[in-house]
Amino acid sequence: MKRFAQLIQQLELSNKTNDKISALVNYFNYADDKDKVWVIALFTGKKPKRPIKSALLKYWAIAITETPEWLFAESYANVGDLSETIALLLPPAENTSNLQLHTWIEELHDLEGKDDETKKEFILNAWNKLETQERFIFNKLISGNFRIGVSNKMLVNALAKQSSLDSAQIMHSIMGKWNPYEITFHELINGIHVNTDNSWPYPFCLAYALEQEPEKLGDISEWQAEWKWDGIRGQIVKRNGELFIWSRGEELVTEQFPELHFMIDVLPDGVVLDGEILAVQDKQVLSFSTLQQRLNRKTINKKQLEEAPIGFFVYDILEYEAKDFRQEPLSIRRKILEQLNGDLDESPVIISPVINCSSWEELADLRQTSRSINSEGIMLKKLTSHYHSGRKRGDWWKWKINPYTVDAVMIYAQKGSGRRANFFTDYTFAVRDGENLVTIAKAYSGLTDKEIKEVNSFVTRNAIEKFGPVRTVKPELVFEIAFEGIAESKRHKAGLALRFPRILRWRKDKKADEINTLEDLRQLLQSTL
Amino acid sequence: MALIEFTKRGIYCKQGNFYVDPWWPVDYAVTTHGHSDHVRFGNKYYLCHTLTKPIIKRRISEDLNVETLEYGESITRNGVNISFFPAGHIIGSAQVRLEYKDEICVISGDYKIEDDGITTPFEPVKCHSFVSESTFGLPVYKWQKQEIVFNGIRSWISDNITQQKTSVLIAYSLGKAQRLIKNLAGDIPIYVHNSIANLNEVIIDAGVNLPKTIRITPETTKDELQKGIVIVPPAMRDSRWIKNLTHPVTGICSGWMQVRAHRRWQSADAGFALSDHADWPGLMEAITATGAEKVYVTHGFTAAFSRFLNDAGIEAAEVLTKFGQEDDEENKVDLVDQNENK
Repeated sequence: MKRFAQLIQQLELSNKTNDKISALVNYFNYADDKDKVWVIALFTGKKPKRPIKSALLKYWAIAITETPEWLFAESYANVGDLSETIALLLPPAENTSNLQLHTWIEELHDLEGKDDETKKEFILNAWNKLETQERFIFNKLISGNFRIGVSNKMLVNALAKQSSLDSAQIMHSIMGKWNPYEITFHELINGIHVNTDNSWPYPFCLAYALEQEPEKLGDISEWQAEWKWDGIRGQIVKRNGELFIWSRGEELVTEQFPELHFMIDVLPDGVVLDGEILAVQDKQVLSFSTLQQRLNRKTINKKQLEEAPIGFFVYDILEYEAKDFRQEPLSIRRKILEQLNGDLDESPVIISPVINCSSWEELADLRQTSRSINSEGIMLKKLTSHYHSGRKRGDWWKWKINPYTVDAVMIYAQKGSGRRANFFTDYTFAVRDGENLVTIAKAYSGLTDKEIKEVNSFVTRNAIEKFGPVRTVKPELVFEIAFEGIAESKRHKAGLALRFPRILRWRKDKKADEINTLEDLRQLLQSTL
Repeated sequence: MALIEFTKRGIYCKQGNFYVDPWWPVDYAVTTHGHSDHVRFGNKYYLCHTLTKPIIKRRISEDLNVETLEYGESITRNGVNISFFPAGHIIGSAQVRLEYKDEICVISGDYKIEDDGITTPFEPVKCHSFVSESTFGLPVYKWQKQEIVFNGIRSWISDNITQQKTSVLIAYSLGKAQRLIKNLAGDIPIYVHNSIANLNEVIIDAGVNLPKTIRITPETTKDELQKGIVIVPPAMRDSRWIKNLTHPVTGICSGWMQVRAHRRWQSADAGFALSDHADWPGLMEAITATGAEKVYVTHGFTAAFSRFLNDAGIEAAEVLTKFGQEDDEENKVDLVDQNENK
């Protein structure tokens, strides 16, 4: 457990991917094999069963430290993490322990079904032989998640580096079905429980943003124009009767999107499609915010399936009849893709349409309508282009529309959570409506750490009122808010709601009387209807 | 009548007509220690500990009118007896004891209980009322013995040297820097930033036994620094100078490093929970030892700490500071960055 505690500390302290990977490689080089399996399980969200409720842990910690409940709450608010609060509150341990991670997990597992007295005795005894950092980990094993900035991709890269195995193969192995209580480390990373021959994806071909006039690209007839969709880029792989969905981050997300599983019966073997995972209803693309309801979920309920149905807009075909087609020109790949079309009728899988235009002017006009179909602009792909690995200048361009912006003043601030638990990081913004200010959006992120500290210090000094965690602040700081759309809303006092608002920049040059008005936004709303 | 009142200029003793650590210019400022949030420019007279005098003269102005006291010494001002006792916070830090007609009040300034090896250790003083800080007034803040923390810092440094990395410790130039120098001095040479070197000179001239350090100059080579220990003030933290060193790794020494959220926020490569403020048990120990009937709580978790004291049967009240009492701990977090710039 000491080694694991040290790994967590290293991972938490470093902001550099390379340092994190080398900490992981170092861990996988020296740790116990059974521990390694558990580390992979924990980092990929395979939690061991929880034999004890976290409320009980808190209750016992309060009892043995004789801490008043309100003081525990104050401490928790400052620390931002229950497991850590308990670990710090407890008196120093009187003993030490060299038990390994997997042994602790197994012992916790054995508590299942025991009475509370037995559980309490075990926990108190454990707390008394673990150092603070180990205690924190131990508490997390019972009650929390290891959210420490290790993506599946990073973990896989470290495992690939340490084992010299192919990373896509490892990704498939660890995303597959396996039981951490039974599998060995060797079996796991070699993927004996899965057939990795079937799953491997291709590197995505990426586009640069178009920063010049499209006319400079030459004759429009040499280009294929498509809508640029705002979803999750993905690859669908069908080989030997198995279906896999990969995301741009090279993570396997097959389980998250059951609507696409029918493809296993429709697609022939030896096919790889590139496209966009989107929320789709009646073949129309829904907003990104709808899609968001479906992202990064371990389980999906019926309501989510109904409210945010998933579809896939296909851009390209990379493999056909088990043959790599990436070196064929786009025009040929598109023809093959269109042949598949018949099998996909009536399904939410749609070949992303080509926009037929005879001039750049015509296309520029059409681009202005992008938002009405929830597209964020236009993709330009040279008809002769290969499917490159990664980003290559010249053949593919994204020609995005600019976001809308509004200058608004901050009127409420609220503390963030986790890493930002002690800083005001979530802000509510208002525009002017006659003499009054009316709120139009809540946004966080978009500021640098340094700016957040500055705003934080402003909030602390200029708080007017306190409503629970929210502070009303003097309307003084002006921010430029970018957003993707505007809609009528009965729920909001302003009568309208911004879609996807985020802070574009802090307008230190502007005063609160120079911000936009509600009327400005109403006019924008009218113009988009 | 109470001996002190809390005004917008700071703690005021009406009977003696003087202030303790005032925020705005006054005629007579009794000064607990040399940190910039406790001593400001513009007072007509300053009264501080002998060791604090050269420090504030160096940091603020050579022209200050400064009177001094040793620990245990006293003077009388308008009938109020003023004496100094060690606060253990940094070199020259003092608790201010006021006595007037059988009434005793102690203003602790910032303090810590543990002997740090360079500062005269904290000494509890019996009093009727006690003004305590509460920078770390939550029970999650409990320090390890400094020897354990220093062992951690030493092994971090020697790992860095073997891995061809340059160890850069971030520390206030007054207080934390000297504590690190005193406790880390050994075979590995210690290189210090100008602002620290300047203060070291003042402190050594005042008769404090501080181990030898090397001032960083444009001639100092990266290779020398890589094999040594580099100590710089917080203002240097994100500087290009550090980025240009050979594989620089930064370590922050602060009580806030006790908590993961703060450690991660500070974007350092290592955090060591080493503080010049009292931890929760330290605050409780100090307050109990004074035997005070009334405790005024300032700086930090004032609300929680005073509530806890009241529940424990010790009459306590929160004191508003210049920053406003609410969430003052954040100002303290900010001080990790800004103290040097004030």
